[in-house]
Amino acid sequence: MLAFALRRVLTLLPLLLLVSVVFFAMLRLGRGDPALDYLRLSQIPPTEAALALVRQQLGLDRSLPAQYLSWLADAVRLDFGTSWATQRPVLEDILQALPATLQLAGAAMALVLLLGLPLGLLAALYRDRWPDHLTRALAFLGVSLPNFWLGFLLVLLFSVQLGWLPAMGREGPASLILPAIATATVSLCVTLRLMRASVLGVLGERHLVFARARGLPERGVIARHVLPNALIPPLTTLGLHLGELLGGAMVVEMVFAWPGLGRYALLAIGNRDFPALQGFVLAMTAVFVLCNLLVDLAYAWLDPRIRLGAKAA
Amino acid sequence: MRRWLPRLALLLLALLLGLAALAPWIAPFDPAETNLAQRLMPPSTMHWLGTDHLGRDLLSRLLWGARASLGAVGAILLLVLAIGTVLGCLAGLLGGVVDTVLMRLADAFMTVPTLVLALFFVGALGTGMVNVIVAIALSHWAFYARLVRGLTLSLRARDHVAAARVAGASRLDIARRHVVPAVAGQVAVLASLDLGHWILHVAGLSFLGLGVAAPGAEWGVMISDARPFFRTAPMLVLLPGAAILLTVMAFNLLGDALRDRLDPALAEHGH
Repeated sequence: MLAFALRRVLTLLPLLLLVSVVFFAMLRLGRGDPALDYLRLSQIPPTEAALALVRQQLGLDRSLPAQYLSWLADAVRLDFGTSWATQRPVLEDILQALPATLQLAGAAMALVLLLGLPLGLLAALYRDRWPDHLTRALAFLGVSLPNFWLGFLLVLLFSVQLGWLPAMGREGPASLILPAIATATVSLCVTLRLMRASVLGVLGERHLVFARARGLPERGVIARHVLPNALIPPLTTLGLHLGELLGGAMVVEMVFAWPGLGRYALLAIGNRDFPALQGFVLAMTAVFVLCNLLVDLAYAWLDPRIRLGAKAA
Repeated sequence: MRRWLPRLALLLLALLLGLAALAPWIAPFDPAETNLAQRLMPPSTMHWLGTDHLGRDLLSRLLWGARASLGAVGAILLLVLAIGTVLGCLAGLLGGVVDTVLMRLADAFMTVPTLVLALFFVGALGTGMVNVIVAIALSHWAFYARLVRGLTLSLRARDHVAAARVAGASRLDIARRHVVPAVAGQVAVLASLDLGHWILHVAGLSFLGLGVAAPGAEWGVMISDARPFFRTAPMLVLLPGAAILLTVMAFNLLGDALRDRLDPALAEHGH
């Protein structure tokens, strides 16, 4: 198991290195002169002398590979530079905003699991009866909903009309409910549909006939023979959904004035604050990759075929 | 899936495309024309859906918004198909170092959540609708390159392609005559399932103020513009959102139908 974990981490490292090269190249190939952006953000008039000085200070006068290598040397020591706008270390700013985003995405993931999977099972067990029709109709609507618009609808209903929940901010668990629903809905509905299809697929298998024939009650058949197999397809897509939830949170945060990385990213984009932008995308990638790694490890732990198969291959 | 649903989706999409194409001629007002004397008006015979906080005609803005959204998605589709198909074919047909480099690059792009990657690219390239389109295309090409490469590899092993190669057909010929027609169906399924997803991304990034600039009409921007007034004039938020919802639903219906018909094996791909 430890060997499997080590192997997975070792294959990730070159990939992350390549990702960082892509990020670096994109920032440098984009329009505009970073030195000019820096001066504008520092409110220094862009004279020739000031530009030359800044280019030297930021290392922009060196070749691109040299710039990348010095950035990388800092990055492996967790030094992601200083924000040009706030003049604070990027890592500090990100660590301040990240928990709010993780909380939102995590709550949304909990909704996907705790509602999507059971409702999918329910729909499959009541196939072609009203619970099935109802959940499917709602899921069909749900997969097409723009998350930020859903956020406004929720605020309109639960904050303005009913006054039950706060419309914005991050104070107490009640303020988490509406943003989490808005973030989760699309993934929840996709998971629900996949779970329904998966359960129906398993229900058609012949070993269930035997399980019933030897007198296992229906409840036992579902719990012991249907669920374990039917859960696999929806669970394998959880990693992808996590990406959707993290991305969705960026937009939903703006609706609810949720103080997470979305706001940080928007400020960085508006300011053309390159170190902040780079820090943002690296932080999100790190979270995404780490969670997917944990999911993989959990699989390998649950299913020996995966860790042994990986060794053979 | 009931049989009339895909037809309804096609009809709806044809209607939306028609309205978007004809917007300059059928929109009753200039979508950017402000009239402060007529601000936040309820629906009337002059303004069928009322006006927004600057007195702009809501119906005209919705019609022009359809043009912006559908145009953007069309451009994303072309870009993604061009990049994905060319790079996927190259990797599959040439193999070796080219294949390794391209596929590792695709892996790198797929290591980041698509919307986060798109946000980053908009930051790197600068804001504006063209850059939003490029950013969304750049965050999705890898899925298509992977699919096309896989299909190309399995095709290469097939007899008729091997026969063409033995007969002296060039790689370009093989790509054009054998690979592209054979992968078109599968790529169409993936793309049709993604179209709705891209509408949502375009609207989301525009809502964040990264796409169409201020006076322009786009559904996401309209919702963001109407924010301060949405308690008093909820229609300004509700209608553009409903337009997005309807469009995405139509694309999703079409995608589901196409998948059921062309490729039942391709399960819901979840990104």
